Amino acid sequence: MGGVQYSKIAEIKGPLVIVDGVESAAFDELVEIETAEGERRLGKVLEVGNGKAIVQVFEGTTGLSISATNARFVGKVMEMPVSREVLGRVFDGLGRPKDGLPDPIADKFIDINGEPMNPEQREYPKDFIQTGVSVIDGMMTLVRGQKLPIFSGSGMSHNLLAAQIARQASVVGTGDDFAVVFAAIGVQYSEAEYFRRSLEESGALKRSVLFLNTADDPAIERIITPRVALTVAEYLAFDLGMHVLVILTDMTNYAEALREISAAREEVPGRKGYPGYLYTDLSTVYERAGKLDGRKGSVTQVPILSMPSDDITHPIPDLTGYITEGQVVLGRDLFRKGVYPPVNILMSLSRLMKDGIGEGSTRGDHGEISNQAYDAYSRAQEVRALAGIVGKAGLTEVDLKYMDVGDAFEELFLAQATDSNRPIEETLGLLWEVVSKLPKSEITKVKDANIERYYK
Amino acid sequence: MAASGRIVWVSGPAVRADGMSDAKMYETVTVGESKLVGEVIRLTGDVAFIQVYESTSGLRPGEPVEGTGSPLSVLLGPGIIGQLYDGIQRPLRELSKASGSFIGRGIVTSPVDMSKKYHFVPSVSAGDQVEAGGIIGSVKETDLIDHPIMLPPDHPGGKISGIVQEGDYTLEDEVAQVEGAEPVRMCHRWPVRKPRPYRERYDPTVPLLTGQRVIDTFFPIAKGGTGSIPGAFGTGKTVTLHQIAKWADSQVVVYIGCGERGNEMTEVLVEFPHLKDPRSGKPLMDRTVLVANTSNMPVAAREASIYTGVTIAEYYRDMGKDVVLVADSTSRWAEALREMSGRLEEMPAEEGYPSYLASRLAEFYERAGRVRARGGPDRDGSVTLVGAVSPSGGDFTEPVTTHTMRFIKTFWALDAKLAYSRHYPSINWMSSYSGYLDDIAQWWGKNVGGDWLDLRSRAYGVLQREDTLKEIVRLLGPDALPDEEKLILEVARMVKIGLLQQNSFDDVDTYCSPEKQYRLLQLLVGFYEKGLQALREGAKLSDVRELPVVPALLKARMDVKDDEMPKLEGLASQMEEQFRGMAGTGVSK
Repeated sequence: MGGVQYSKIAEIKGPLVIVDGVESAAFDELVEIETAEGERRLGKVLEVGNGKAIVQVFEGTTGLSISATNARFVGKVMEMPVSREVLGRVFDGLGRPKDGLPDPIADKFIDINGEPMNPEQREYPKDFIQTGVSVIDGMMTLVRGQKLPIFSGSGMSHNLLAAQIARQASVVGTGDDFAVVFAAIGVQYSEAEYFRRSLEESGALKRSVLFLNTADDPAIERIITPRVALTVAEYLAFDLGMHVLVILTDMTNYAEALREISAAREEVPGRKGYPGYLYTDLSTVYERAGKLDGRKGSVTQVPILSMPSDDITHPIPDLTGYITEGQVVLGRDLFRKGVYPPVNILMSLSRLMKDGIGEGSTRGDHGEISNQAYDAYSRAQEVRALAGIVGKAGLTEVDLKYMDVGDAFEELFLAQATDSNRPIEETLGLLWEVVSKLPKSEITKVKDANIERYYK
Repeated sequence: MAASGRIVWVSGPAVRADGMSDAKMYETVTVGESKLVGEVIRLTGDVAFIQVYESTSGLRPGEPVEGTGSPLSVLLGPGIIGQLYDGIQRPLRELSKASGSFIGRGIVTSPVDMSKKYHFVPSVSAGDQVEAGGIIGSVKETDLIDHPIMLPPDHPGGKISGIVQEGDYTLEDEVAQVEGAEPVRMCHRWPVRKPRPYRERYDPTVPLLTGQRVIDTFFPIAKGGTGSIPGAFGTGKTVTLHQIAKWADSQVVVYIGCGERGNEMTEVLVEFPHLKDPRSGKPLMDRTVLVANTSNMPVAAREASIYTGVTIAEYYRDMGKDVVLVADSTSRWAEALREMSGRLEEMPAEEGYPSYLASRLAEFYERAGRVRARGGPDRDGSVTLVGAVSPSGGDFTEPVTTHTMRFIKTFWALDAKLAYSRHYPSINWMSSYSGYLDDIAQWWGKNVGGDWLDLRSRAYGVLQREDTLKEIVRLLGPDALPDEEKLILEVARMVKIGLLQQNSFDDVDTYCSPEKQYRLLQLLVGFYEKGLQALREGAKLSDVRELPVVPALLKARMDVKDDEMPKLEGLASQMEEQFRGMAGTGVSK
């Protein structure tokens, strides 16, 4: 199979090449494009039939000519060579070594598209991950096998937060094997470098695999970057039994690359020019997180995406939120106030929290106290708004207490240094300290026994 | 003769094959060397356009396509309950035996275990006349489900010429002979896109009780009715749907995970076997069927999953059972339609959706209903359809939400603002509605309390008043209102906390009996009326607000179990007394 040379390129438009006179090519098949200068680029078949194949070229079509370009159908879909040796390595956005070292010796080659996990074979995620970041551990707990994105906006501190999670989540643990897979998708070089250095400083780099497609790399490559990263993550997790934390940044760039291809194919667009299948396509990335029955490892995803104009209803965060198991939303107001991490807890949520906390994993009062804190903080926001109209003087005694709680929540609990790694006990203690600014009669979501025990 | 052709074109889930002049519309075909399952959705000359239910990665022109001669259908018989199927009724448990933790392709399995023996008890004898849909005997499917064996609804009927003795039989065994017809087995196939026929359709007049107060008391749905639950992500859609699937008073629940998260299906699988049906005490899994086509599974099978689910629901309806079908989410199904439509290069309507989106939605929701089944003995069953909608950006004016609203009668609008303030279930009481209120009021009146409808509208009136007053408060602060209106704000708050909010993770609060719902409603309406009277007699608002009974009223939903109704009567008399005390001690001027 494969190896046949096709010289007839009929058309080149945007990221697409249309190859003519195709006798045998498969949907999704890998294609090698050779330029007149002997440069090789990779692509894949998007559509094939009636002697034609539409090929998407990952590195872009700049410099390709109709007469002097050859396309070769490789005879298989795109695969990523994997082995334990990938740990500590840096690859480009297509999974080729970028650190000057030779290709790792492959244990096996895996189709980068992966296959859907059988829901019947999944293990419901419920193992608490201590990130050391109070607002996450206390209010929107991350569990192993979850996909919990960070919704951010331009310029906000999502990278600091993701790097802190990666560093701290990997040092804690029960001696289990862990690994970090980091995929930079169209981010600035400095951001990717920040992650690399941060992993290096914490000593986690040798347990990490980096895939870098930076802003100056070909845009279409970004379709592949998260897929090669997740292929490696699945191998580490389910073949080698590691607990893998995958960070994908920035998924907005991924979706834009997808839109570019869709536009070049002249497809009917859905919202804001994004293709109608954006949801389905995103799910083939995000659903590659989880745990499997009878296997030791796990894949936990923390994708980062920047919301265009901080708009959570934009198709990218919107469709992401429908697939992921919660979201950590950063707030512009808190960021402006200088609070780090600027997490807007009211818009944030971890869907798997309820099963990851409580007696035996964190503490028996965890669910109750976090509910109470949500309630109190939400009331505090209302009171702040009311104070804006009637002034502080128009507030009742109880209202004023709620204002105190709001401030204390942000100052004591939320705010944290990037190198501060708080154990869960400390996090819950701080939460009680904040909530205890309310009189006991206002604490309606906590059982009396726990109030007795923890109220300060 | 079955069609046999070759692939000429592949693009994602869409395949074109030529040499298919014998193919029929909506015929099932096998595609390629690995025999992927597909369905013909357009015919042009001898070229068939096929949507493929499995991943087409690696498929190439020239590979064979074979027709099967029959449309996409499901196998109906005992063994369906408790299963987890994919969109085309392949049991995922069996698939994992063939392909491990990930879903492989081209695997052929039987939807139900054909070799399992069921204890069949005949209910007709040789010589009896039977009609299409008639019951000839029954088996025990699970602890909760008696499974009558029916003739297929398109069976010609006739005289029974032979029937087996009571005993253990498999689904392969012939259990009865009808003169001039094929032998009868305990299972039959039915095409998913064709609604199963019935004899007569009734108006829905019986409420489907879900144990969720905001639904049952404020925006009820009837057995055989249709409801829709739209909401942005994070508004608690899935939790609400799970609650309906858990606590609805139906005999069978079909839960379709259509393009949703894999872990959600796993959660149902893990949780339901441990949850007890509040009426029978048996595990909920014993009445539940799951159809899962998660978001990353092939998109065409997502389109089929809705039909697979509703056909299974109709089958159990025909036995005379009340069935609830929950589809999460119809938006993902609509997106699958959109994707296939795009590949067919059809002219799009709004937001790229095909122009037939509305008619497909209408056809789906029309399959709900309370009916008298075909054949004897007489029996009534119902299919209640509840569809989730995931509007993009939480915008209810998008096509799927607006078209759905045309074909359903109960609308539970989830509200992101309520969810952000942790008011769950975040069903917005101003934008939700129910078209069944009058139809089912009689049932409540007869079975729970005669003044139910009146109490409900008085409580709802308070919420409506509060909604307008809120605007004033927002502009001028609460002090601008007179006491009587402040009381409305106070009571609305109590209704929200004490009635509308419900904690699905609390052991007591997760399910609320109709009796308890009625009494809570009575207490809160009573509080408002007595409070108003006290104010008019000169009491101060703070005295009403600070009555010792108030916290107990708010917590009663969690503190009082369903079998402790006298406690609520106790609360009522406490309240009465405290109001009387207020007047008696001269608080009123």
